[in-house]
Amino acid sequence: MRTMETEVLVIGGGATGTGVIADLALRGFRCALVEKRDLAHGTTGRYHGLLHSGGRYAVKDPKAATECIEENVILRRIMPHCIEDTGGFFVVTPWDDDAFGDRFMQGCRDTAVPCEEISIAQMLREEPHLNPEISRCFRVPDGSADSFLATQSVAALAQAHGAQILHYYEVKHLIRQGDRVVGALCYDLVKDEEVAIQADLVVNAAGAWAGKIAHTAEVEVNVRAGKGTMIAASYRIVNTVVNRCKMPADGDIIVPVHTVSIIGTTDEAVPDPEHFAIEPWEVQLMMQEAAKIVPGWRDLRMLRCWGGVRPLYQETKVADTRDVTRAYTLLDHETRDGVAGFITITGGKWTTYRQMAQVTVDRVCEKLGTVRPCTTHETVVPNPFEQGHGRKHHNLGQRLADVEEKEAFGQLICECELATRAHVEHAIIQGEAKTIDDVRRDVRVGMGPCQGGFCTYRVAAIWHELKKPPIEETNVTLRDFLQERWKGLMPILWGPQLKQERLDELIYLSVLNADHLPGPRASRLGPAMYEPGTAWESEHAHV
Amino acid sequence: MANNIWQAQLNIEAHTLKPVELTLDHCIKCNICVTACPVTAVTDLFPGPKYVGPQAGRFRHQGQPSPDHSVDYCNGCRVCNMVCPTGVKIAEINGRARAHIVQSGQVPLRRKLRNNLIARPELMGKFGQPLAPIANGLLHSGFGRFFAKLLLDIAPNAPLPRFSGERFSRWAHKRRDAVRSDRKVVYFHGCSTEYFEARVGKAAVQVLEANGFEVIVPSQNCCGLPLLSNGEFAAAQAYHESNIRHMVDYVKQGYVIVGTSTSCTLTLKEEAPEMLAYHTPDARLLTANTFDIHEFLVHLLDAGELKTDGLRPMPLTLAYHPPCQYRAHRLGRPSTEIMALIPELTIIESQAACCGVGGTYGYKAEKYDITMAVGKPLFDFVQQVHGPIAVCDSETCRWNIAAATGVPLVHPIELLAAAYGYEPEGPLAEVMT
Ligand SMILES: Cc1cc2nc3c(=O)[nH]c(=O)nc-3n(C[C@H](O)[C@H](O)[C@H](O)COP(=O)(O)OP(=O)(O)OC[C@H]3O[C@@H](n4cnc5c(N)ncnc54)[C@H](O)[C@@H]3O)c2cc1C
Ligand code: SF4
Ligand code: SF4
Ligand code: SF4
Repeated sequence: MRTMETEVLVIGGGATGTGVIADLALRGFRCALVEKRDLAHGTTGRYHGLLHSGGRYAVKDPKAATECIEENVILRRIMPHCIEDTGGFFVVTPWDDDAFGDRFMQGCRDTAVPCEEISIAQMLREEPHLNPEISRCFRVPDGSADSFLATQSVAALAQAHGAQILHYYEVKHLIRQGDRVVGALCYDLVKDEEVAIQADLVVNAAGAWAGKIAHTAEVEVNVRAGKGTMIAASYRIVNTVVNRCKMPADGDIIVPVHTVSIIGTTDEAVPDPEHFAIEPWEVQLMMQEAAKIVPGWRDLRMLRCWGGVRPLYQETKVADTRDVTRAYTLLDHETRDGVAGFITITGGKWTTYRQMAQVTVDRVCEKLGTVRPCTTHETVVPNPFEQGHGRKHHNLGQRLADVEEKEAFGQLICECELATRAHVEHAIIQGEAKTIDDVRRDVRVGMGPCQGGFCTYRVAAIWHELKKPPIEETNVTLRDFLQERWKGLMPILWGPQLKQERLDELIYLSVLNADHLPGPRASRLGPAMYEPGTAWESEHAHV
Repeated sequence: MANNIWQAQLNIEAHTLKPVELTLDHCIKCNICVTACPVTAVTDLFPGPKYVGPQAGRFRHQGQPSPDHSVDYCNGCRVCNMVCPTGVKIAEINGRARAHIVQSGQVPLRRKLRNNLIARPELMGKFGQPLAPIANGLLHSGFGRFFAKLLLDIAPNAPLPRFSGERFSRWAHKRRDAVRSDRKVVYFHGCSTEYFEARVGKAAVQVLEANGFEVIVPSQNCCGLPLLSNGEFAAAQAYHESNIRHMVDYVKQGYVIVGTSTSCTLTLKEEAPEMLAYHTPDARLLTANTFDIHEFLVHLLDAGELKTDGLRPMPLTLAYHPPCQYRAHRLGRPSTEIMALIPELTIIESQAACCGVGGTYGYKAEKYDITMAVGKPLFDFVQQVHGPIAVCDSETCRWNIAAATGVPLVHPIELLAAAYGYEPEGPLAEVMT
């Protein structure tokens, strides 16, 4: 068995884990991060896309609101390339209580979330598709955030400061010696081998999986998975984040993210963060609630449906209380459970990832007996793609402007999302993609209206050309990707998307006969999420 | 409807009209439009309908600058709309995107001036027509063309028309009481008939009168299409509103509007309301009651009301190009049907998608070569048919084909008028003697 050694090992390559590793690296720790799939494979890559202003929590959870607005200001400063300044509205629809508007304003004032009421005429000038029956509208500094790019960028920052990022490394179990965690036994999915990583301290940032990880060291952390379902409409019907002005509930926010508008979410406990179904009632509820905000919503083409899992943490012990007032949970297992060398950080929001990382690394310093100040709030996170495809700002028209400027229309691979050959090559080579889904997270291929029905074949061809793997491997990479795309389409197959999928299906089954190309049906690298599991999982269920 | 085609439909059913951009949602990426677009076939400067329409459309938003420019190479032929299996209004999406570029001041000054000018044939006509001999001389001299290119980037070989000696409306006014009838139609002549080819309007009036109609020629403006296709939406809307004002009362009295310019009638019927998202009740009345002249004649024919007896034989074999703006009416081939009534006339229909001129498009120096490349199959066809003249319903196409092939062109209505025994003018007169 291969072994490795580091000072601090971080488990989980979501916003929290990459935030932690970047902070560790900036404070000069030797550190490594293991993520069982690609970065942002978990909730971070399946969230709603909202950079919270704090407005959503102003009435219900003032602490969270203040955290959000503090971080909102910082993130806009340190990662402008990941954030689109869409602004946000809180709107009182005919289904909401007019008086809540006043409580909302007061809440914003109390929590220092900037907020102004604007006229309905002004609201409609800015967003003509909103419900004209809306009676009040408040403007807040919400934004739209690209979590794929942010996670990549933060990880690249960590790497630039000496951190090791290991993707497709799955923690099988923590290694415990007496009352200490001394590392983790990992499985390298690509090389198909086990690797033991020794560390002075292990930070468990595995989100909804945090309980499972802790359990392998016989530490009980009661984290349950709370599924949230979202649906993307095929284009930006609104350009501003639109929230219902009421107590937070299901389906009350529409976020414009890149080329799409996303309605979400639900909140349902599920037994397994890895495999869950999207229920028809959730789809219906989202469609119904979205139409209250944008009356024409039902006529729009729905592009895709997906879910992310919130870690629902329930404290079972009288714990270290220092941070339970926070909207996230930091557990020091030495004081909580008598198991040293092990910290869990879970909960929170994408918006507050940096603050979560800061308090975590502060605790790491304490544990390792050093004092090193945090600098992440003032360290600009560079755009790792700047060389490859020069996206300096984040706004809707940027991709189109780039393609036009370079007259790169002949180089388009994913025509919907305007990903060029250069983008894809960069993601495969510099991005060290292991699957086409990794390429997707880097450059958005297959995220357009046809959901990869056309571009996947082109990406597979480039993949094959660059990597020169056995043909069976390329074929299964292609199938893995398309099978995953289809899972997100099944719940919303009606109207134009149904026509699209019929065409995609004919191309896949008939024109290209891709289902019968040589090679296995599915691979262990295939993106595993949703019900049913992948073909690879069912074939290997007995293992 | 077939029985009283000349009676206006006043009960316009209410239907919700959505901005054309929303149709981009229907695109299934099939690429059929790309294979059919005549412009993308000849130049790498134009990425094709799917890219500039439904795809780029997802990256544009009303409140943001339009980050693209290649869409300006769309010539507006609407071939893409015709072939799209899902009903994406690609050409209109493109037109609105161009308007956004124009409105946000992204067009360089010289081109902006040029576009402002060529988008206003009415203005040019008002000033040029009274000075017809001088204006024609100047416009068609090497000198005039040199300066047009130098100052305004107008293609030196652009297919410029000649001003006619008399404005059509003046001719019509002089004989306004010649025929009295209860069956009235309103004639929309458009700018080309008014200032450049009065003979087309005369032929239309003759044909309609021969069928027992009194022809009303109301005062009218340019339909606004050149403005629409140059992205000047505010000016186009002013024209459209003025046309509605001038004509809707006739519609309300029960009369329909017919036109000889397929682009003008398409604009009144569909383009202006859709591009401008202008759907007032009066606009809808106009839309529902405007007809291309041959569409109108075919309805008469179907009702057994078209004069078809005693037509003068015309022993000619002529090439006919149904212009893209006519196909966009989605009517089949009404002109072909009517021309088939004329004894001994053989019409060979072109299969070419587009002559390339796209209204004012082919007048622009940077687009002239594309125009010629798009039109090449059509030009070859016209020359192969080798008739003394050729036939086409749309004015700028006629001028373009004539300039490119040296073959003079006529409007199909001129053939029917001549077959009815009226004295032809212009190229047809020379052929018929
Ligand atoms: C539906 C929904 C919508 C949301 N919307 C917003 C929003 O709009 N704005 C906002 O600010 N926040 C939002 N959030 C919250 C936010 O997405 C999360 O708080 C944040 O992404 C959590 O990041 P994380 O890194 O803690 O967890 P994750 O992103 O889930 O990261 C955990 C990682 O651990 C990895 N892992 C698991 N097991 C192992 C193992 N054995 N070995 C190695 N790695 C392992 C997983 O693959 C995963 O990548 C939303 C949450 C949900 C559920
Ligand atoms: S292939 Fe699909 S996802 Fe990719 S460009 Fe086409 S439509 Fe978009
Ligand atoms: S209108 Fe004509 S030129 Fe423009 S995209 Fe369509 S087919 Fe091409
Ligand atoms: S023909 Fe229509 S559906 Fe097909 S690609 Fe073009 S716009 Fe899309």
